[in-house]
Amino acid sequence: MMDGITPEAARHILPAGPGKVVGRGVARIEDGPLLRGEGRFAADVNFPRQLHMRVVRAELAHARLLRVDASAARTMPGVVAVWTAEDVAEIPPIPFRATKVRGLEPYCQPVLARDRLRYVGEPVAVVFADDAYRAEDAAEMVVVEAEELPVLLDATAPPAEFAPGLDTEPTVVRKEYGEVGAAFRAAHAVVELELSVGRHSGVPLETRGAIARYDASSDVLELHGTAKKQHWNRDEIARLLGRPPNGVHLFEGHVGGGFGVRGELYPEDLLVCAAALRLRRPIKWIEDRREHFVATNHSREQHHRIRAAVDAEGRLLAIDDAFFHDQGAYVRTHGARVADLAAGMLPGPYRLPAYRVAGHFRLTNKTPAATYRAPGRFETTFVRERLMDAIAHRLGLDPVEVRRRNLVAAAEMPFARPLDTLGTDIILDSGDYEGLLDKALARFGWDAMQEELAARRAAGECVGAGLAFFVEKSGLGPSDGVRISIDATGAVELVSGAASVGQGVETVLAQICAEALGVDYARVRVVHGRTDRIEFGNGAHASRVTVMSGSATWEAALAVREMALETAGTLLQLPPSELTIAEGVVCRADGATGPSVTLAEVARRMGPNAPEMRGRTPGLTAERWFWSDHMAYPYGVHLAQLRIDRGTGAVTVERYLVANDIGRAINPVLVEGQIRGGFAQGLGGALFEEFRYDPQGQPLSTTFADYLIPTIAEMPVVDVLIAEDAPSPLNPLGVKGAGEGGTNAVGAAFAAAVDDALRRPGAVTSLPILPAQVRRMLDGAA
Amino acid sequence: MSDAMHDLTLTLNGQAHAIRVEARRTLADALREDCGLTGTHLGCEHGVCGACTVLMDGQPVRACLLFAVQAEGRAIRTVEGLAKGGALNPLQRAFAENHALQCGYCTPGFLMLGTAILETDPGISDEALVEALSSNLCRCTGYANIARAIRAAADAMSTEGAA
Repeated sequence: MMDGITPEAARHILPAGPGKVVGRGVARIEDGPLLRGEGRFAADVNFPRQLHMRVVRAELAHARLLRVDASAARTMPGVVAVWTAEDVAEIPPIPFRATKVRGLEPYCQPVLARDRLRYVGEPVAVVFADDAYRAEDAAEMVVVEAEELPVLLDATAPPAEFAPGLDTEPTVVRKEYGEVGAAFRAAHAVVELELSVGRHSGVPLETRGAIARYDASSDVLELHGTAKKQHWNRDEIARLLGRPPNGVHLFEGHVGGGFGVRGELYPEDLLVCAAALRLRRPIKWIEDRREHFVATNHSREQHHRIRAAVDAEGRLLAIDDAFFHDQGAYVRTHGARVADLAAGMLPGPYRLPAYRVAGHFRLTNKTPAATYRAPGRFETTFVRERLMDAIAHRLGLDPVEVRRRNLVAAAEMPFARPLDTLGTDIILDSGDYEGLLDKALARFGWDAMQEELAARRAAGECVGAGLAFFVEKSGLGPSDGVRISIDATGAVELVSGAASVGQGVETVLAQICAEALGVDYARVRVVHGRTDRIEFGNGAHASRVTVMSGSATWEAALAVREMALETAGTLLQLPPSELTIAEGVVCRADGATGPSVTLAEVARRMGPNAPEMRGRTPGLTAERWFWSDHMAYPYGVHLAQLRIDRGTGAVTVERYLVANDIGRAINPVLVEGQIRGGFAQGLGGALFEEFRYDPQGQPLSTTFADYLIPTIAEMPVVDVLIAEDAPSPLNPLGVKGAGEGGTNAVGAAFAAAVDDALRRPGAVTSLPILPAQVRRMLDGAA
Repeated sequence: MSDAMHDLTLTLNGQAHAIRVEARRTLADALREDCGLTGTHLGCEHGVCGACTVLMDGQPVRACLLFAVQAEGRAIRTVEGLAKGGALNPLQRAFAENHALQCGYCTPGFLMLGTAILETDPGISDEALVEALSSNLCRCTGYANIARAIRAAADAMSTEGAA
C-alpha cells in the first residue's frame, strides 16, 4: 500500500456485512418531532423583544451607487434603525474558508454594497423594525440612487474591469501532468467538443434564516438558525466583529435542506450579529423565496472547450480542457473551490496518461456562485462522458466498450493521479469500476433493452438510452471529534462537531454508536451543530459526516465500551475479556447465565463521588478524534432510458438506474433516500432548472413558477443498486459518502439518452435540455 | 397600508383562538406568529410549493394565500392536530416507516394534503395520487416514498376499518 493510505494499525475495523444495527434500514430517530409539527426551523426561533431585519436589495445588475436615502424609512412606524454601508464600515468583507488562492481578496463581498452594485439582489441597506410586515413596509421607502453601468453576463466574453487595476478574471485554476503536446501529436484521432452547463442551485424548501441575540449577563453573542459549518462560522463571526470565539455561540435547530448553499457565512449572518450587539435586542431575519433566488448561492454555470487525444482503440492519451467558470458578482466563502474541483475531478474513473486544464474563474453581474451537491462533478461528468460518447462515435465503438477500455482496473487500486483537489492528492482509494458496470448493465437488462428500443424506433417511437460513469469524493478531513457519555440512568449522549442538514445524521451516528456499545440506537441522543457543546468541528459538507464523524463515533463508542467492561469486570469479578454488552447490560460474552450489571449502574460507579474514582477523571465518557489526509472516492454508473414526444419536445424518463458503490451502507434505506433525492436534483439540473437573466442582468427566475424544480409528476421510478464491493481502506467502517452520487451523472446520462433517441450523436451540448431545444434538434434530425 | 386591526376567532384543530390582526395578515403568519402553531411552514409565500398546506373545512388550502380574516368561522386543521395524545396517527406512522421525509420541511404540507386525500378518496388510483401530490414540492426525497407512505396509510386504515 502506498504512503498515506495505510490505516493506523491500532484501529478496530468494523467487520463486513450487516451488524446488529449497522447495515440495517432502521427507522430514523429524527422523525417524531418533524411529523408532529414540533420541529424547530429557523423561522420557529423567537426571542422576547426581537426586531425583524429586512434587506433592501439592488435592483440593477451593475451600477455606480450614488446615494442611499433612508430618511423616509426611518420615520416609518415601528422602525428602530436603518443601516447603509457607512453604518457597517468597520465590518470586513465576507472572507473565504476554502481553496484560498492569492489575489482573490479584493473580490470578496462587503456586507452592504459600497460604491458599486454588482448584481440584482445585492444587499444595499437593512431596516430593523418591531414587526416583520413593518420592516418590509419601511424597506420599500428606502431610495437607492445609482447610475447604470454596462453589464457582463457571459463568462466566455473577454474579462472587463472589476475595479481599477483588477479585471473580472481573478485567477485561472491550472493543473497539468504528462506530455500533453506529444500525446496530441501522436494521436490516432483528436475529438473536440464545446459544452456548457446551466446556472442552477440547491434551492432548499426552507429559505435561509438567522436570529442573533446578545446576552449581556454572560457576554455571549448567540446565532440561531445556523447550519453546515458552525465552528468555522463562529470563529469568523468572532474575528470580524472583534470578539473572542468563546464569546460567540452558534446553534443548529432543524435545517430544511442544505445541498451546499445553506450554512455558508453570508452578509445577513453578520448583519444580524452586528445589530444584536449594537441595538441590544434580538434580531430575526428570515429570507423570502424571491430573495432566496437572487441572494443565496447559485452554482454550476460552466462552459468547457475540451479536446481528447485517443489511440486507434479509443484509449485516452490526453485531455486538454479550457473552461470558463461563471462565479457571479463576488467570490464567496468557497473561494475557487468549484473550479478547483472541476479541474481535479474531470478525469473521473479513466486512465489518463496526460492532462492539462485551465479553469478561467470569472466574475459576472449575477448572483455569486458556490457549491451545490456534487459541485464540479455534475459539470465535469457531463463534459467527460459527452467526450467518451464522442470518442465512441468517432471510432465506431460501442459507448460501453469505450468506457471499459479506459476504466481504471481494480488491480490498479489504490490509483494515484498526479493531481490534487481541495489541497489533497487524488488517490482513488478502492474500487472495482468494471465490476460495477457489469452489475449495472445486467440489472438494467441493457442488451435486451437495445433490441426492444430498436423495435420501438422501427415502429416510429423516439426512444433512446444512455449511460454515464462517475467518481465521487467524500470524507474530506482533516479531523472530527465525538464525545460519548452514559449517564446514571443509562442514557447515552453523543456530542459531535458535525452538523445536520436533514440527511439523517442523528440516526446514522446513533447506529454506529449502538453497534459498538451494545445499546438501543433509538435511545442515543445525538447533539450536533452546537459550538457550546464541543470546542471544534468541521460540520456537514462534501459527504463527510458518515466518514469522519462516523469513524470518530465508532472509536469513541469502543473506548466507552472498554471503560464500561473494565469497571463491570471489577464489579462482577470477571475479566473484561469475558464480558460483553447487550441491550445496555454488561453480561457474560459466552451467553452463560451469571451476574450482570447495567450500564446505568456502571456509570453510577464511575461518578465523581464514587470512592473507586478518587484520583481519576470521573464519568463513563470518552472523546475520540478521527483524522484523514485523503478522501474516499465512491463511484457508480447511471443508466437512463427515455422517450421524446416529437410534438412537444418533452422528455419522459421511462427507466433509470443508479448503481453506486459507497463501501458500506450504514443504513441502506437512508442511502437509497439520498440517492433518489439526489437524482431528483440532478433531474432538475438536466431537464428543468435554470436561473435565466435578461440582457440587462435582470433575473427572470425568481419564483417557483419560473424556476422549475421537479414535482412527483416528473419523477420516474428510480432503481437503486447499492454496492459494497470496495470498502474504503481509509476508515475503520469502510464507508464512503453517499450524498452526491445520485446527482452526479444525471445530466450526462440524459444527454447520452437524448442523443440516442434522436439518432444524432453529440446533439446535446448543453444543460438543461429544454423542450424547445429538443424540438430544434428534432427538426435538425428530420 | 391600513392600521385597522381586526378581532377574530380562529378555530384551529377544534380549539378557538382569539387574535387581533391587520387585514393583510396571512393565515400562515397568524397560525405561526399569533397562535404559536409553527408546524405549518412557509416555503415560497406565493402558493406554489404547498409547504403551508392546511385543511379548511376539510379542503387543502395554501395558508400563505389566505388572509387570517378569511378563515374566521371555518374549521382549520394543521399538522399539530394529527397526533392524538402524542401518538402518531396512521399517516404519520407511514411517513416514518417509509422514510418519506428527510429534512422534514415540506412534511407538514404533505401530511395535510395526504390527510385530505385519505378522507375524500381513500381508494385513489396511482395516477390520481401522483396528480394530487404534484401540487406540493419536496427537495429531499424524490417523492417516491411520500406516495408509498400515503398508499400504505390508506391500506392500513382500510384494514383497520374492516376489522
